[in-house]
Amino acid sequence: MVKWTEEERRIIRGVWEKVDIDEIGEELWARALIVYPWIDRYFGSFGDIFTTTAILKNPKLAALGKVVLSALDTAVKNMDNVKAMYAPLSRQHYEKIKVDPDNFRLLAECITITIACKLRAELNPQVQATWQKFLSAVVEAMNSQYK
Amino acid sequence: MTEQTLLSAKDKATVKAFWAKISSSGEAIGADALSRMLVVYPQTKTYFSHWKDMSPGSAPVKKHGATVMGGVAEAVAKIDDLTAGLLSLSELHAFTLRVDPANFKILSHNILVVLAIMFPTDFTPEVHVAMDKFLAAVARALSEKYR
Repeated sequence: MVKWTEEERRIIRGVWEKVDIDEIGEELWARALIVYPWIDRYFGSFGDIFTTTAILKNPKLAALGKVVLSALDTAVKNMDNVKAMYAPLSRQHYEKIKVDPDNFRLLAECITITIACKLRAELNPQVQATWQKFLSAVVEAMNSQYK
Repeated sequence: MTEQTLLSAKDKATVKAFWAKISSSGEAIGADALSRMLVVYPQTKTYFSHWKDMSPGSAPVKKHGATVMGGVAEAVAKIDDLTAGLLSLSELHAFTLRVDPANFKILSHNILVVLAIMFPTDFTPEVHVAMDKFLAAVARALSEKYR
């Protein structure tokens, strides 16, 4: 189980309260699909995601962005229990959606960069390090049922 | 594999245009990216034990950040043939510095985070992917002489 100091909890909550789930949710998958276009293999039912223009206005992607960030919200609120909370999600991504788990790392990088655009200098090196520790715990939890 | 198969004409144009906007901030970008790398990925500190001070914004970090971004500037200028253009830098990293190439990816990520923080409106997903590809191509060129 990952251990969190009071300072780390404060920092993570501080970052998260500045994240508007609707706003960031809309941008998240657009950035991921544009930067890592091979992930469109998982989006067969999402309609047109084959040009930058189409990606940027696809409502299903925006909706999925909010789903992902809502799950992240759960992790922020249950930092001591992320692995257990995410076990069903991990199993679902492994058995049903069949997602290569390296994608969790790629999406985590996109999340950090999207948040960096928003928070700017507030995401100083120490804050980035703590946020990175949190996202690594989430990525590890998402990997946990791949066996 | 020639550079033509790695970076498209559009990638190169995007990189050059973005670089023109940001190059005057090169030293600041380098210093911040290096600071973050050392704090967020402490394993990278193993290469700098000869520095008196590895803390963010310290003199050695600033100086080295400027050196690194000087290399990036050179790469932009030689974007049409990175292998030839970065030959002596590749030899330096392979035979003298012997930096494990996995670290190029880590530093690249932190450069992207800094670009997002400093230039949030210019660092669109399209610019993000072009810069990510460019930094990966630079890393590949730097790794050429390793073995």
